[in-house]
Amino acid sequence: MARLYMLLARRYPSGFRRTVRLVVIGSYGALALLLAFGVGSHWTRNSALAAETRDIKIDNYSFSPGDITVPVGTTVTWTNQDETPHTVVAQDGAHSFKSGGLDTDDKFSYTFDKAGTYVYICSVHPYMIGKIVVK
Amino acid sequence: MSEHSNSKSAPLPAGIMRDGVDRRGLLKCMAWAGAGVLWTVSGGVPRSMGLGDAAAATMGGLTFVQISDTHIGFKQAANPHPDVTMTEAVTRIGGLPVKPSFLLHTGDITHLSKPEQFDTAQQIIKSANSEVHYVPGEHDWLDGGDAFKAHHGQGTKGDGWYSFESQGVHFVALVNVVDFKAGSLTSLGQDQIAWLKDDVSGLSASTPIVVFTHIPLWAIYPKWGWGTEDSGQALDLLKRFGSVTVLNGHIHQVLQKVEGNVTFHTAMSTAYPQPAPGAAPSPGPLKVPADKLRSYLGVREVTYVEGQQNLALVDSALSASA
Repeated sequence: MARLYMLLARRYPSGFRRTVRLVVIGSYGALALLLAFGVGSHWTRNSALAAETRDIKIDNYSFSPGDITVPVGTTVTWTNQDETPHTVVAQDGAHSFKSGGLDTDDKFSYTFDKAGTYVYICSVHPYMIGKIVVK
Repeated sequence: MSEHSNSKSAPLPAGIMRDGVDRRGLLKCMAWAGAGVLWTVSGGVPRSMGLGDAAAATMGGLTFVQISDTHIGFKQAANPHPDVTMTEAVTRIGGLPVKPSFLLHTGDITHLSKPEQFDTAQQIIKSANSEVHYVPGEHDWLDGGDAFKAHHGQGTKGDGWYSFESQGVHFVALVNVVDFKAGSLTSLGQDQIAWLKDDVSGLSASTPIVVFTHIPLWAIYPKWGWGTEDSGQALDLLKRFGSVTVLNGHIHQVLQKVEGNVTFHTAMSTAYPQPAPGAAPSPGPLKVPADKLRSYLGVREVTYVEGQQNLALVDSALSASA
């Protein structure tokens, strides 16, 4: 390669160097485009795998944080840190999510695939109210 | 019960008592009341009676026991072994000088509504050798009531309400752990209230009524859910009766109220105590020193004597000498 370079440089001195520069820049550009679209799509797949997760703790008969806003696709996990069982029940007509009885240290997760505002309560202590806004 | 202007006990009669309880039985009865309290209502005001007057409370008539909030399956620091303390409570009931006609369990039989927890509770209570009438607590309804109904739903209506008679006293079992709405107190619901109206419609006003349900029927502390939204409608239906006794659980401590002809009594748990209304940030289990635990747990003996307006209640802690 070096010998070819030397040969061509001698034959086409000024134009050659410009051409080499263009080729080098061009190939970097092409690589960048490839990365953006080809290899890049592999990266966006990776970031989908590392999707948003949020944690809510149930503590002292309350949800904490009690009011959050998350992007579509977020998985929210509730953990009961009280010594009393609690539940997590969506208050929309269809009860989109419903945890069943959660003992101390039990967890419940739900992935929010649809945008909307979700109010939920603990069904046995209904003064415990939380809200999740999904955008 | 007749008026007592002071707390000095009457001299103990010798020999056999009117109801056939002899002196030894009376002493056993007094010992059982030990660290407990005998309550009676006189002229609309709850009064505690001297121990010597405890005899009057067992003068024949109907005797039954209220046990509550056994929470089988609870294993946190406040009491890792509620099965042990429930067993102690049942043993205590077995040692009563007068065998109760039956037991009322005012709910939270289990901690997590698990079938094996219902089974364990049933096993323990078997040694009381008594019929038991149950109402569910919210801890018994975490699965929507399936396990509770499978174990204790026979012969009940709707979500588990029913009534029965015993020696002229009419017992009504209500369920108020099903209809929880966001941000409000629990409810009995219109179906149950309609059933109650029908159930008591044919009874004479002199029939003593005992209502038992888990969550208190008066607004003790709404911030913690200690009350029932539509209890007023149910109590209106019972206004015409001369004697109404309401027995509740849920709050794991004894509180009482008198309103006209209605007396309300909550009960101790046999599992763990809870804080007094507002005395803690939340109503969760209250850890007390291990050697004090049993003074916060207990059962209640209730006696109805024909001709007396009000029932006599004796609350007995597990720590009282038996």
